[in-house]
Amino acid sequence: MHRFANPGRFLRIADRVLPWLGAATLLGFVLGLYFALIGSPPDYQQGETVRIMYVHVPAAWIAMFAYCWVGAASAAALIWRHPLADVAAEAASPVGAAFTLLALVSGSLWGRPMWGAYWVWDARLTSFLLLLFLYLGHLALLNAFDDKSRGRRSAAVLAVVGLINVPIIKFSVDWWNTLHQPASILKMGGPSIDPAMLRPLLIMAVACQCYFFLVTFMRMRAMLLEARQRNLAYRRNPVTTRTRQTMAGGGSANSGSVGT
Amino acid sequence: MNLAQYFAMGGYAAFIWPSYALAVLLLIGVFLLAQRRLNAAETALGRDGDPAKDPEQ
Repeated sequence: MHRFANPGRFLRIADRVLPWLGAATLLGFVLGLYFALIGSPPDYQQGETVRIMYVHVPAAWIAMFAYCWVGAASAAALIWRHPLADVAAEAASPVGAAFTLLALVSGSLWGRPMWGAYWVWDARLTSFLLLLFLYLGHLALLNAFDDKSRGRRSAAVLAVVGLINVPIIKFSVDWWNTLHQPASILKMGGPSIDPAMLRPLLIMAVACQCYFFLVTFMRMRAMLLEARQRNLAYRRNPVTTRTRQTMAGGGSANSGSVGT
Repeated sequence: MNLAQYFAMGGYAAFIWPSYALAVLLLIGVFLLAQRRLNAAETALGRDGDPAKDPEQ
């Protein structure tokens, strides 16, 4: 793991992996959308609204996966102070927030015709709303300090503490009475869903997962190159660079070493 | 089944199409922002010095 946690090595690997990830994401979404919208039957109870599932469920899965990624990277950043871990957490956070928002809105649009309400304050929905607030708090803390490294540390503490919410979301449908249906894919005895509906669901999930890695790695690459550029500029002209960066709110002493 | 029937989605068009529209908008938007930032970083680095030619690499 430590071999890959070197920023220079990460940049080289990302360079090679990104085109493949992009192709896999595109192919996944084309196939997934075909099966979700054309190549699958309506549900015998829910009718066509079951098609919302192919957006809602993968979005919710990736939202939780992304939070685990942010939490794990934050823990690594706090424990080992590794610069790549900070970058990984910061890069993934907005992507996870987007998937969380998508899961909440699509769930709401599914709830209205099926439950008769856009929103209910039950355990699954409330804990998922909390996930959105954790993401927003994480992003706000990252940008709340003039000294970038202080913002990253506070954000990392929030992200690690917020990890407790992930099992709460997962098991909320078992622990409390809820309108939301319980797990039907990851459960004892195999998935209780027709293969014709499982296919678009899994393809969309794989596509969303590829998308998450694609955009997260693109953002990590961008952030590492920005740090390298700050570092170069600082080396050329320490005094003016220092002043400009302090005014712009970008810390160079800590993050400047990332790109080398 | 004709096209109008398909887009009506059994009467649930108002719930299904906005879900997909938001998905497409959000995912494309987040991707384009990331791409723009990456392009800007690559351009800036290319302008100020090629990292491959950086003496301290």
